[in-house]
Amino acid sequence: MSSGVEITRPEGAIPLAQKYSGLSEEEVKKRIIAYNPPADSRFPNQNQTKNCFQNYVDFQRCVRLRGEDYKPCQFFERNYKFLCPTGWIEKWDEQLENNTFPVKL
Amino acid sequence: MMSWCQLGFQDAGSYFMEEFIYFHDFTMMIILGVLSYVVVFLVLGLVSGWVDSGFVEGQLIEFMWTIFPALILIQIAFPSLLLLYLIEDFSKSFLVCKVVGHQWYWSYEIKTESSEILASVDCYMLPREGAFGMRLLLTDEFLMLPINVPVRILVTSDDVIHSWTLPSLGIKGDAVPGRLNQLNVTLSRKAMYYGQCSEICGANHSFMPVMLMGVTSPQFFMWLDRL
Repeated sequence: MSSGVEITRPEGAIPLAQKYSGLSEEEVKKRIIAYNPPADSRFPNQNQTKNCFQNYVDFQRCVRLRGEDYKPCQFFERNYKFLCPTGWIEKWDEQLENNTFPVKL
Repeated sequence: MMSWCQLGFQDAGSYFMEEFIYFHDFTMMIILGVLSYVVVFLVLGLVSGWVDSGFVEGQLIEFMWTIFPALILIQIAFPSLLLLYLIEDFSKSFLVCKVVGHQWYWSYEIKTESSEILASVDCYMLPREGAFGMRLLLTDEFLMLPINVPVRILVTSDDVIHSWTLPSLGIKGDAVPGRLNQLNVTLSRKAMYYGQCSEICGANHSFMPVMLMGVTSPQFFMWLDRL
């Protein structure tokens, strides 16, 4: 693996090639090209900054209101993890820890 | 990629780019027709020596040379607006890829299956010695995307403004710090696609190319697994 590539996987995850070996291309496509944050009519245009940030804020508010184990909160978590660059997420997590996050949750 | 003395577009690598090329050819036909018409009458007017001193108005001809160009413009506007709205249809994407511009390299983040895998790739330009004659185009790592799959690309930057572009796919998006610009592309064939940074971003602006490979879906996921 080149030093320019980083892959993070949860523990125990089966490599995708093994998980989907023996399947045709169509079946692979059907099964794993799975998630795309759904189109949000509040953010119909090219600028998706608010879409990413809003999902992050909504997730934080959701877990504070309902707890970490509340499953519907995972919708917002999944959305922001797919939309937001890793650097932004790390920065906001750090701001939350330091109590300097710009939004009142 | 472009070849020496090439004047036209590169071969289209996406369905949108094919449509852009058709639209370009259609509009160019109209432009050349109008240009020829104008040049002929201009030259005739200059060399003929004909003068009509009594010609002060002509209602019919003025009507015709207003209406006719308007009709031509309407004919150009229809496919233009159709394409404009077609490329902005983001509802059908299957894969999300984040592109982050840095000084002076691109990095790509791909997440699959509910955050199961996050792949992050940094792509630095290969120096002249390692570029196999394709200087300023090759990178040490490159992005792979599956073909025939609508991909949603979100472009941003870590420092200054860059621009991520792939001319053969017909896409270009400014990488602006603090902003996420969305592009939509569906690759139509397995090939290597090249592009270069398109917004001045410092000393090495010319040395941060974009390299993308279109592969089948199983190959794409094998790449993610690095097998």
